[in-house]
Amino acid sequence: MSLILPGSYRREDAGQPPSLYPDYGSTVSRSPREPLVKIPHTLTETTGPANAWSRLMGESMADLTSQHNGEPLGQRIVVSGRVLDDDGRPVPHTVVEVWQANAAGRYIHKKDQWDAPLDPNFTGAGRVITDAEGRYRFISVRPGAYPWRNHHNAWRPSHIHLSLLGPAFATRLVTQMYFPDDPLIEIDPIANAVPMPYRQRMVSRFDIETTEPNWALGYVFDIVLRGKDATPFENGQ
Amino acid sequence: MTPEQARPAPRQDSQDPAIFGQTPWQTVGPFFHYGLPWKGGADLVGTSDIGARPELMPPEHYLLASPSPKGEIAGETIVLEGVVVDAEGQIIPDAMIEIWQADAAGHYAEGNTGFVGFGRASTGEDGTYRFRTVLPGSIGEGHAPHIAVGVFGRGLLKRLVTRVYFEGDPANASDPILALVPPERRGTLMARKQDGAWRFDIVLQGERETVFFDV
Ligand SMILES: [Fe+2]
Repeated sequence: MSLILPGSYRREDAGQPPSLYPDYGSTVSRSPREPLVKIPHTLTETTGPANAWSRLMGESMADLTSQHNGEPLGQRIVVSGRVLDDDGRPVPHTVVEVWQANAAGRYIHKKDQWDAPLDPNFTGAGRVITDAEGRYRFISVRPGAYPWRNHHNAWRPSHIHLSLLGPAFATRLVTQMYFPDDPLIEIDPIANAVPMPYRQRMVSRFDIETTEPNWALGYVFDIVLRGKDATPFENGQ
Repeated sequence: MTPEQARPAPRQDSQDPAIFGQTPWQTVGPFFHYGLPWKGGADLVGTSDIGARPELMPPEHYLLASPSPKGEIAGETIVLEGVVVDAEGQIIPDAMIEIWQADAAGHYAEGNTGFVGFGRASTGEDGTYRFRTVLPGSIGEGHAPHIAVGVFGRGLLKRLVTRVYFEGDPANASDPILALVPPERRGTLMARKQDGAWRFDIVLQGERETVFFDV
């Protein structure tokens, strides 16, 4: 059987992690053992709620440092970049949801019991939309590293969680943005589930051009979603 | 000192054209509740606040959306619910489920008016998720009514994708996607009517493991 579907998106490339990565302990009982069933893209996979994001999630919240009465503690940062597809084309008007720990590495979440201080002036949740050229920008503070229970003396590198819908169900992406020259990245099982050199796609770049004098450090992070694919689907390929 | 030592190669990063390609997936982790699932995200037809877990953050730190009016929506309202369980049959209280579906007439609404077939629900302490939506129509000849599902959570490095079909629908026999699933596993994709709701449990691993798709 061969089905040619003009709206299809590309499949995942070599840079994606496996579902099972035993060094990240909780993947062991939460990943399927049966093989995935490969299916062609139908309208279900090639459509999505891209244009309805503000009706669903609300308007953008691009400044995570001005959501409460005072300023949060920590190193102020400006994170910017472009959302592209894997042909290098910009993905315009797409929503990027972000969430992160505070400067001490503590999440506002009640189940985060780590003994680091909460910051009453920092929630750590935001949402931005890309412009016509796929550009986005948000303001925050650099999150701290935090310990977790995966193995003895395990610490997560500083990271910001990002969630993108993209144009279709097939282009959904949730990732984490890391910071350059963080020594914890290379001993982190979650980052290391992605093989080199692709892991480096998740590391932002310090950027003096977007650094604002006397105000905030600039980090640039481009995000690449799956692009359109023209190759026909072969059953069992 | 060699020229290479004097000027070391720049570190690779997300900007490096030599490694350009899809950004890798990473887990949502356990603490996504104040960032992703908004109140009403799981109610595609009404203004209830199902979907969120606002009790997991101080009230002044709930910054996500509130339920929005949906207007008049055609079709049969249904409840879609189930538990998410792991390899040992343990319920998973920190999973998130997303759905994408056609309206009752089989159309995907991508625009700014009418029914939006996208929903997001976190599982509760009992591992249960619950959506209020409409029974989708067929998207084209031969396609049985179905809802696309994404599963996220701690321990899920990337989204798992499955589909809900509706047990007893005669169109299931002709559906081209179901036909790609080994017959003995198709049952894991069937929601069953139970106590007025459509029940669809998601088993991540083990006996009766849900069929997940490579899309
Ligand atoms: Fe995290």
